[in-house]
Amino acid sequence: MADFQRWAPEARKHLKRGPGLWVKLKLDPFLLVFLLAIMSFGLLVLYSGSGSSETAVQKQLIRYGLALLAMVVVTQINLRHVQRWIPLLYVAGLLLLVAVLLFGVGVKGAQRWLQISGLPRFQPAEIMKLVVPLTVSWYLASRSRPPKLIHIIVAMVIVSVPVLLIAKQPDLGTSVLIGASGVFVIFFAGLLWRYIIAAMALGAAGLPLLWMGMREYQKQRVRTFLDPESDPLGAGWNIIQSKIAIGSGGVNGKGWLQGTQSHLDFLPETKTDFIVAVLAEEFGLIGVCLLLTFYFLVLLRGLMIAGYATHPFDRMLAASLTLTFFVYVVVNIGMVSGLLPVVGVPLPLVSYGGTSAVTLMVSLGLLMSIHARRPQPT
Amino acid sequence: MTWSNMNTQPKEINQFRARLWWSLFLIVLVFSGLIFRLVYLQVWQYQHYVTESDDNRQQLQAIAPTRGLIYDTNGALIAGNRASHSLTLVPEQLEGGRRSIDKVLAELSQVVTIDKDDIKRFKRRLNQPRRPYSPVALRFQLNEIEIAQITVNQHRLSGVKIVPELVRYYPLDKGFVHALGYVGRINDRELEKLDSTNYSATHHVGKLGVERFYETELHGTVGHQTVETNARGRVLEVLDRLEPIPGKDITLFLDAQLQQTAAQLLEGKRGAIVAIDPRTGGVLAMASAPSYGANQFVTGISYANYQTLRTSDDLPLFNRALRGRYPPASTVKPVIALAGIDSGIISRKYSIWDPGYYQLTEGGRFYRDWKEGGHGRVDMHKSLVESVDTFYYAISHLMGNSPMTKYLAQFGFGQVTIADQPEATNAVLPTKTWKRIHRNASWFAGDSLNLGIGQGFLSATPTQLATMAMVLANKGQWHQIRMIKAIDGQPVTRVSDIGRKDPAQPNNVELRRGSDWDKIHNALIDVMHGTHGTGRSSGADSSYKMAGKTGTAQVLGIKQDSTYDAEKIAERFRDHGLYIGWAPAQDPVIAVAVVIENLGGGSSSAAPLARKLFDAHILGIQADAEVEVTDGANDDG
Repeated sequence: MADFQRWAPEARKHLKRGPGLWVKLKLDPFLLVFLLAIMSFGLLVLYSGSGSSETAVQKQLIRYGLALLAMVVVTQINLRHVQRWIPLLYVAGLLLLVAVLLFGVGVKGAQRWLQISGLPRFQPAEIMKLVVPLTVSWYLASRSRPPKLIHIIVAMVIVSVPVLLIAKQPDLGTSVLIGASGVFVIFFAGLLWRYIIAAMALGAAGLPLLWMGMREYQKQRVRTFLDPESDPLGAGWNIIQSKIAIGSGGVNGKGWLQGTQSHLDFLPETKTDFIVAVLAEEFGLIGVCLLLTFYFLVLLRGLMIAGYATHPFDRMLAASLTLTFFVYVVVNIGMVSGLLPVVGVPLPLVSYGGTSAVTLMVSLGLLMSIHARRPQPT
Repeated sequence: MTWSNMNTQPKEINQFRARLWWSLFLIVLVFSGLIFRLVYLQVWQYQHYVTESDDNRQQLQAIAPTRGLIYDTNGALIAGNRASHSLTLVPEQLEGGRRSIDKVLAELSQVVTIDKDDIKRFKRRLNQPRRPYSPVALRFQLNEIEIAQITVNQHRLSGVKIVPELVRYYPLDKGFVHALGYVGRINDRELEKLDSTNYSATHHVGKLGVERFYETELHGTVGHQTVETNARGRVLEVLDRLEPIPGKDITLFLDAQLQQTAAQLLEGKRGAIVAIDPRTGGVLAMASAPSYGANQFVTGISYANYQTLRTSDDLPLFNRALRGRYPPASTVKPVIALAGIDSGIISRKYSIWDPGYYQLTEGGRFYRDWKEGGHGRVDMHKSLVESVDTFYYAISHLMGNSPMTKYLAQFGFGQVTIADQPEATNAVLPTKTWKRIHRNASWFAGDSLNLGIGQGFLSATPTQLATMAMVLANKGQWHQIRMIKAIDGQPVTRVSDIGRKDPAQPNNVELRRGSDWDKIHNALIDVMHGTHGTGRSSGADSSYKMAGKTGTAQVLGIKQDSTYDAEKIAERFRDHGLYIGWAPAQDPVIAVAVVIENLGGGSSSAAPLARKLFDAHILGIQADAEVEVTDGANDDG
């Protein structure tokens, strides 16, 4: 706690000396600088991972621009004013998820997209990444804390309905992220430790049930994860090849654009989910540690913002969004380095693709909005 | 003033901050774990992975499983596999890599013929997701001279490979495509849907019919091997190998000889024949004419040939047996008669005086019988034997929509009851709700009259008509209509036996008085053998009894008061002839539906074909031409 106290006045002093633009736009310069650092590094790796494709880099730049814009817009929103619309947003999100199951368009056995004429194709699950923590925070903010058992149960229902709908699409990666974001809110609402321990025990007992409920391809992924050699043509291929890419990078890496694994097409999805393998191959241990440092700074700043916030809604939301960002990083890097099963979670702000970048930046915009409206010293 | 003393609930805030510290602790812990993992891979295991990375000469190759064979009911091969040599390129092994592809293509085109189509398709395949070092096909079915020319030039064509593979072959080809479907090269859309692992060495997939429905069973499971190659890609040693599991063999109820007979009977006509074994529900023959060769689709039909098929007025690509929606015309009369007596709306002795027309109200529209002057006094028996329309106008007027559509549904109208033909359509059973939705109008008495003679909104596919014939022949007993008889020698009585979804199937038709079946059967026997039967010329001189019903479907509405002259109506507007029936009349072994487009009434166009089919099946007499079952594998397209 002492750290926060020591840092906070310094940060404010810095703000006052600044150009004033930050304050006007309500942006948090620390967070912004860290994010831009991650994005720039990401573009560098993307250029290599996409096979030196300038169009890929240009497209990604446009997406970053849009995502930054979305963040700035969201930052202007005062959550106090829009708070009461959150349940409506949640219901609308659920309806969209049901619509996906009924009329969604799919690729490779997964039905994730919704095509409404006049609008670009989109994934309603992506919206729920924000809506679920917002809704749980809204619900628990107006209840007593630590939450009573009945409130915990209601909050769990709020989380599980979209999670199950998304798992049914099926999109395991997204449902894990959303489930985690909801559980974090409940944790930060002051869930009693005895409930946490009981839940962990129940979870351990429920694992076999989860196994039975999984689709065959999901089971296959877990089996492949436990023994990649058993399916060298399928998912095992990805893990084997990405481990070779990472391992052969060594401490210093093979150099930018010099990765043999990625450039000989051995490595799958070098632009998207497996991009960190390209980074590890070309920039080595040093490169990955640098990226992890940037991520760590973002997380640290997020936790500080949560610490400054006083309104229960703000602090639960800020802490949950920060930890969800953390889960993104861990699941992706853990997956690519062979520590976790392959569940299709992109590396935040580095992987090629627009939707996740926008949702992530919006969630960071929410953090900035919370921070800009924290109680000021009089 | 700092935030710590601003809040009103310091205890809660303190607890919250404690949890933030816990989170920070977790983050540090997990990030350390990740870094530890990276250190393990990149520092401790560095040497190991560098070797693996340099040693790209060890390659993993997928091995395609052999596609399951399809046999007819007697064990004759109707879909097999034969060797075909393809010209392929491995982009990674070309001298100069991927960038030199155009140069290599130019060089190759001096050795063998490669046209623009080949190159276009090759480039498309090249851009599909693929595993490194897997060959990309450029041309198929190389002949021996071409193989020799490439082999001679092999030394300067590194990365060019001749790959032998097994491809589908249909020894009986043309007459079978509408029953079997065919396989073709996997296209982009299918690639997205297929399991990329299991299909990593497969190039073909079932596109239509049985081949498409049983794709999972026929395909099998991919195998793989790790090989060590030299720098030029030549395999030096196979390190380990997991054999693919071949697809399962399927036996159909289809009788190849009967199928060929059916196809020959349809030669030069447009129409369809479907024959079902009423004891099992198995499809004995399913022919649609005109037809086309399936083998040309396996390796890729040329654009010009495809256009010819696609634009032909006779619609050879159209599967009339499964998708042709025809007015069933008088062939529904047995069901309408049953509906009348079983629902109790008319008595079993009900009769009318037929003046040759029927009017809903006096002075109203004339609903005409096919016979001018009428048939005189008509009861149910006579109405079926002579196909008296007036009788059916009268009883359908009495019944209205619901008893008729209810009974028709019990015989399979308006539903897909065939289990393993994905293209089958349900045609139209016009209930009142249907008319409300599709025509936005209520049901009129005139609609009932049209329905009673199988015209108007009602339509059915030849497969549905054969199903009706089966249920009639079986006195109400249903079986699942299906192509498959057995898989890998295991009998299949319904597709749910092999984990597929059974189509909804009506319950067995239970009449209130079982003897009514005999009344209908006797009438339908007299259609074929009675002195006034509409099918008597087709039933004459046979050593066994048969039962049936003819039908004549109007393609063009005939105006009131105009005389009907088939000659003058353009050929495309001439009547369709229909026939449904079974044989032998007692203990039936075959139920058929025959539909012939634009060649006049069912008695003259459809019934004679059914008789020939019956003879072929029951007596083993082979219709007109000789039927020969070739062994395949020697024909080279």
